[in-house]
Amino acid sequence: MSHLLREHAPITEAVWRLIDEEARERLKPALAARKLVDFSGPHGWERSAANLGRARSLAAAPVEGVSAARRRVLELVELRAPFALAREELRDADRGARDIDLGTLDEAARRIATAENGAVFHGWGEAGIAGIAEASTHEPIALGEDCDRYPRHVARAVEMLLEAGVGGPYGLALGPEPYTRVLETAEHGGYPLLEHLREIIGGPLVWAPGVAGAVLVSQRGGDFVLDVGEDLSIGYDAHDTDSVALYIEESFTFQVLTGEAAVALTL
Amino acid sequence: MGFDQYHEPPEELPERTRTFARLCASLTEEAEAIGWYEQRLAVERDAQASAIMRDALGEEFKHFCMDLEFLLRSTPLWREIARGILFQEGDIVEHGEQSEEHAVEGAAAQGAPLAGSTSLGIGSLRGGAA
Repeated sequence: MSHLLREHAPITEAVWRLIDEEARERLKPALAARKLVDFSGPHGWERSAANLGRARSLAAAPVEGVSAARRRVLELVELRAPFALAREELRDADRGARDIDLGTLDEAARRIATAENGAVFHGWGEAGIAGIAEASTHEPIALGEDCDRYPRHVARAVEMLLEAGVGGPYGLALGPEPYTRVLETAEHGGYPLLEHLREIIGGPLVWAPGVAGAVLVSQRGGDFVLDVGEDLSIGYDAHDTDSVALYIEESFTFQVLTGEAAVALTL
Repeated sequence: MGFDQYHEPPEELPERTRTFARLCASLTEEAEAIGWYEQRLAVERDAQASAIMRDALGEEFKHFCMDLEFLLRSTPLWREIARGILFQEGDIVEHGEQSEEHAVEGAAAQGAPLAGSTSLGIGSLRGGAA
């Protein structure tokens, strides 16, 4: 039995399949970072740190005539988004109901995906994660609210990467606000702005909850690594007569290897 | 009746694994039956008896293929390796080595779940985002 304790939940295998499938459907559209950065793993729940290949010299060793260095590692962070499902709903699912209320699961999926994106793109100091936007060596570009100018800003960001010798194609993580604006906008002549931006970057343009503004990243590979211990999983916490307490969980860390390979576009 | 298809205590196995084990046992039985019918046909001199056993052999072929297809459908990595070996012309061992290497590396690059994991199996989403 794994630490997720799924076997202890008062949930049938058929309903577990329903819950897992619903979680996948909700998570995948929101997991923007996984669509744009390299993925290492899953390495398992037991993994505690990613190797940085670096060491820090220690001033003194326990014995004279011995030198010492301490290895530096990037510790994994555990994310957990709890939610509760009504047992009556789960019983209805076993009866074959197809309109089960899984709203709390959907909300938990949105929260954890947003947290993962936020850590990757904007960093998380307490978790030791430097985000792509803050690790970028390029001056941020102000995106603003005027959609008509977005192609010009994004083209400028592409140009900055090319000037730095960072090849494409490029991918664009667009925060919910600018994404909605882009989606609703057609340029002169009716050509969708979304398609125009895709042509400029030559790679994926993704909806990225947790991102403020936008981040342009190279898709050549080897510049950004999401290091995953336990991949997103659903576990069991507790239950009473009315509800079952579950959670979505993952462990990961993130590393920017090439700060030149991204440009932040701020709101 | 025994439950020899289980290598671990059945009560500790998830339903999906128990079904998988049953179909593995069924596949083995169909393969054994094919071998037995081949041997019987090789020595049988009565034409009518041979015809009946050839008919039965066809059934075993069908059962074996259905079992195999079920197992491959429920095991993406196995299916991917099989895709590079089955119905290919040329050296079977060479195809096997290449297919395994390609499938395992491909699965690893996409963040395939660890064996025995109960994760959602999402892994990397690169390549399908545009």
